[in-house]
Amino acid sequence: MMAAGKPILTIDGLTVDFLSEGDPVRAVDDVSFNVCPGETLVILGESGSGKSVSTGTVMGLIDCPPGDIVSGSFMFDGTDLTQLDENGRRELNGRRIAMIFQDPLAYLNPVYTVGRQIAEVFESHEAGEGRAVRDKVIALLERVGIPEAENRIDYYPHQFSGGQRQRVMIAMAIALKPDILIADEPTTALDVSVQAQILDLLRDLQQETGMALIMITHDLQVAAAMADRIIVMNAGRIVEAGKAEDVFKRPEHAYTRRLIAALPHEQSRDTPRPAGRQNETLLRVEHLSKHYALKSGLFSAKREFRAVDDVSFAVQRGETLGIVGESGSGKSSIARMLLRLNEPTSGRAIFAGEDIFTLEGAALNRFRRRVQMVFQDPFGSMNPRMNVRSIISEPWAIHRDILPRPQWNDRVIELLELVGLKAEHAERHPHQFSGGQRQRIAIARALASEPELIVCDEAVSALDVSIQMQVIGLLADLRQRLGLSYIFITHDLPIVRQFADRILVMQQGKVVEENQTEALFASPRHAYTRKLLQAVPQPKWQRENTAVRPA
Amino acid sequence: MMLGYIGRRAYHSILSVIGLLTLVFFLTRLTGDPSALYLPLDSSVEAREAFARLNGLDQPLYVQFFQYLRDLLSFDFGESLRQHRSAIDVALEAFPQTLKLAVVAMTLSILLAILVGALAAARPGSLFDRIAGLVSLAGASTPDFWIAIVGILVFAVGLGLLPTSGTGSILHWIMPVFVLMLRPFGLLVQVVRGTMISALASPYIKTAHAKGMKRRKIIFGHALRNSLLPVVTVAGDLTTGLINGAVVVETIFGWPGIGKLMIDSIIQRDFAVVQSTILVTAIAIFIVNIAIDLLYVGLDPRIRY
Repeated sequence: MMAAGKPILTIDGLTVDFLSEGDPVRAVDDVSFNVCPGETLVILGESGSGKSVSTGTVMGLIDCPPGDIVSGSFMFDGTDLTQLDENGRRELNGRRIAMIFQDPLAYLNPVYTVGRQIAEVFESHEAGEGRAVRDKVIALLERVGIPEAENRIDYYPHQFSGGQRQRVMIAMAIALKPDILIADEPTTALDVSVQAQILDLLRDLQQETGMALIMITHDLQVAAAMADRIIVMNAGRIVEAGKAEDVFKRPEHAYTRRLIAALPHEQSRDTPRPAGRQNETLLRVEHLSKHYALKSGLFSAKREFRAVDDVSFAVQRGETLGIVGESGSGKSSIARMLLRLNEPTSGRAIFAGEDIFTLEGAALNRFRRRVQMVFQDPFGSMNPRMNVRSIISEPWAIHRDILPRPQWNDRVIELLELVGLKAEHAERHPHQFSGGQRQRIAIARALASEPELIVCDEAVSALDVSIQMQVIGLLADLRQRLGLSYIFITHDLPIVRQFADRILVMQQGKVVEENQTEALFASPRHAYTRKLLQAVPQPKWQRENTAVRPA
Repeated sequence: MMLGYIGRRAYHSILSVIGLLTLVFFLTRLTGDPSALYLPLDSSVEAREAFARLNGLDQPLYVQFFQYLRDLLSFDFGESLRQHRSAIDVALEAFPQTLKLAVVAMTLSILLAILVGALAAARPGSLFDRIAGLVSLAGASTPDFWIAIVGILVFAVGLGLLPTSGTGSILHWIMPVFVLMLRPFGLLVQVVRGTMISALASPYIKTAHAKGMKRRKIIFGHALRNSLLPVVTVAGDLTTGLINGAVVVETIFGWPGIGKLMIDSIIQRDFAVVQSTILVTAIAIFIVNIAIDLLYVGLDPRIRY
C-alpha cells in the first residue's frame, strides 16, 4: 500500500545527546522523517546508529537525563508533542501511538498474567473494565493468533513461546487501534519461520486498521519485506532515504552499499577451497542422544523430552561442518556434550581415536585443550574483571605445557594481531570493546590452547550484519592458515553458505538432512530445509507486483 | 507438590534441630555445676550429692544425654531448676511476648521501609532520597543498646514521658518497638530502594509507559511488585533475628520475652529451660522460613516447588 494523504507524524530536525561522564555523546543528529496513515516506514541501521532513540523520543520513553533532546519538533496529527505535559503524553501513549519491542520476555512484566497486562491498556484510557474488557482481551488474543485464548488469557509471560509472546505484545499495542504502531526490532529474537508469521500478522493488521507502521530493524531482508519507504541511519544521521525499491536496487550512499553487499548472495561463495585432508576423520559422533525426564504426575506414565535424538555425523580434519536449526532443535545441546559441559544419555564420540565421553582426569584435560568453543555472547562468557591479557593467557595457566610464562606476553600480542586487534588492547577490559571486537577476543582465547577443532555456537548471531561477515571472514582465514576444523552452529541458514563445507539440518533433536553445502542449497530434499530457505522474506515490491502472498 | 515440599523441609529441619539440641546440651554443661548456684556456699558435700542425685546430675554426661533424648521422645523437656515446673511451659509462656514485639516491630518497619524506599527510588538523587539514605544508614548502623539506654535516660528519666521498663500500658511498647525497628527499617529502606531502582529501569516499565499508565500505578503496581522478592528475603532474615530473642532490648527494657528468659536461664544454669527456649525458637524460625518460601510462590509465578 502506498502512502495516502498527508503525514500523521512529522519529525523535524531531531537532535538528541546522551550525557555521559565526559562530553555529551550525540546519539541522533538532525533527523527528519514523516509517516502517513497506512504506510510502512522502515528505519534501517546497525546497533548504535540511533534508530531506537529516534522513535523512543516520539513516545517519551527516553529518560532525561541522561538523554537530552537538544532540538527538533514532533507534529502528531496537529499536536506538537514537545509541548505535552505528562498527562497529555499519557493520553496519546497506548491509545494513538503504540509500540512493540525486540525482546517480549523482558518487556512483559513477569509477575502478571498477559490478560491483566493487556487489560491495563483499556483501564489506563478509561475504555471499560471488568467482564467487558476481559472479552475484548480474549478477542484480541484470538485475533493475533493465540490458540485457546479463553484459557491462555490467565497464563504468565514465561508460559508462552517467543513468537507467542510477541503476539501478546502486538495484541497489547493494537488494543485501542492506534494511528501509529512503532515496532522496534520486533522479530530479531525470533526463529526465521516464526519471524515470517509475525511479519504477516503485522501486515494484515495494518491492512485492517489503516495504521501507520514505523519499523526499526537492522535486518535488510525484513526491511525489504515490509517497507514502503526506507531511511538508513548510521552514527546518528540519516544517510539515505527513499522508496524501498529504489534504495535496495540503487543504493546511493556508500554505507548503504556496504550493508547490501554484506548480504549473503547466491553467487558470492568463495572460490572452492582445496578440500582438507578429507580422508582423515577428526571426530566421529555415533548415535548421540540426550533425553531429559519430564515431571510427571503420580499416575501418569514417565515422559521424557528428547533434546538430541540418535544423531550421527563426522568431521574431517580441516573441514567445516555447519549445524543449522531453529531454537529447540538440539544443536546447542550437541555442542555442550561434545565439550563435556553436559553428559549425554547415550552414544559415542570418537575424537582422534578416543571416546570423548569416557575421558576422565588428565586425559579429559588434554582433550579440552584440543577442542575449544566460541559462544554467542562474548560478554557473558568473559570475566568482566579480567583484562584481555589475562583472559587470553588463562589457558596457559591451566595447561602448563603449552607455553613457558616468559613467552606469554609476546604470544598474547601475536594472537591479538592474528584476530585483527592491536597489542595495546591487551590491557583493556571486555566492556571497553564493541561486540565484534569481543568476539575476536573470544576467538583469540580459543586459539590460545592451539586447538584442532573449534565449536562456534551462534558465534555471530548477536552481531550486526556487516560485523558478522567480518568475523566469518576471520574464521575462514584462520582455517586456511592454521588448518583448523570447525563445527559452526547457527539458526541462520544463509550465513553458513559461504563458510561451511557440509551442512546438517536439525529439527526437534533429529538430523533431517545432511549434504554438501552447494548441493543442499541447490536441491534441498527435506520439507523443513525448504521451509528454512523460503523463510527468507520476499521484498514487498516484488510481492505487490506479482500479487502472490505466501501462505 | 507443595505438601511434599513442606514435608521435605520439615524432615531436614528436624535433623538440624536435633543437632542443635545436642550442641546446646553439651555447651550449657560446660558453664559449670548448677549446685554451686542453687545451694548455699557452705552446704555440705552430702547436700550437694543429694541435689545432684535429685536432678540426675550425678550420672556420667553421656548417660544424662541419652536420658534427655529419651525424655524428648515422650515430649518431656525437663524441669526448671529455678521455677520447679515444666521447662517447656516456662519457654512457651515467654515466647508470645517476644512474638508480639517482633510482629509489631517488623510490620511497622516493612510498611514504612517500602513507602520510603519506593519514593526514594522514584526520584534518585532528590532531596527526599538523600534524607532517606541518611536516616536509613544511621538506623542500620546505630547500636541498639546505645539508643535504648539514651532513650531511657531522655524520655523516662529526664522527661518522665515513658516508663523505664516492664509491660502493661501502650506506653511500655513505644521504646522497645522503636529500638527494634531501627535496624530492620534502615536495612529494608536500602534494599527496597536498590531493587526498585533496577526494577524501574526494566524493559517492562517502558512497556507500561508506552501503554499510557499513570506513574503512580507504574511505581506501585509494576515496579514494586517485582522488587518484593529480595525484600521478603531480607525481612524474613531480620524477623528470625527478632524471634531468636531480642536479647539486648528485652533485657534493657525488662521485657519478659524469650530472649530475656534465655539469658537469665544461662546465668542461672537452668539447663532444661535453656534447651526448651532453643527448641521453641528453632521451631518458630523453621515456620518463618517455610512462610517465606510460600510467599515467594505467591509473589512470583515463575517459582514452583
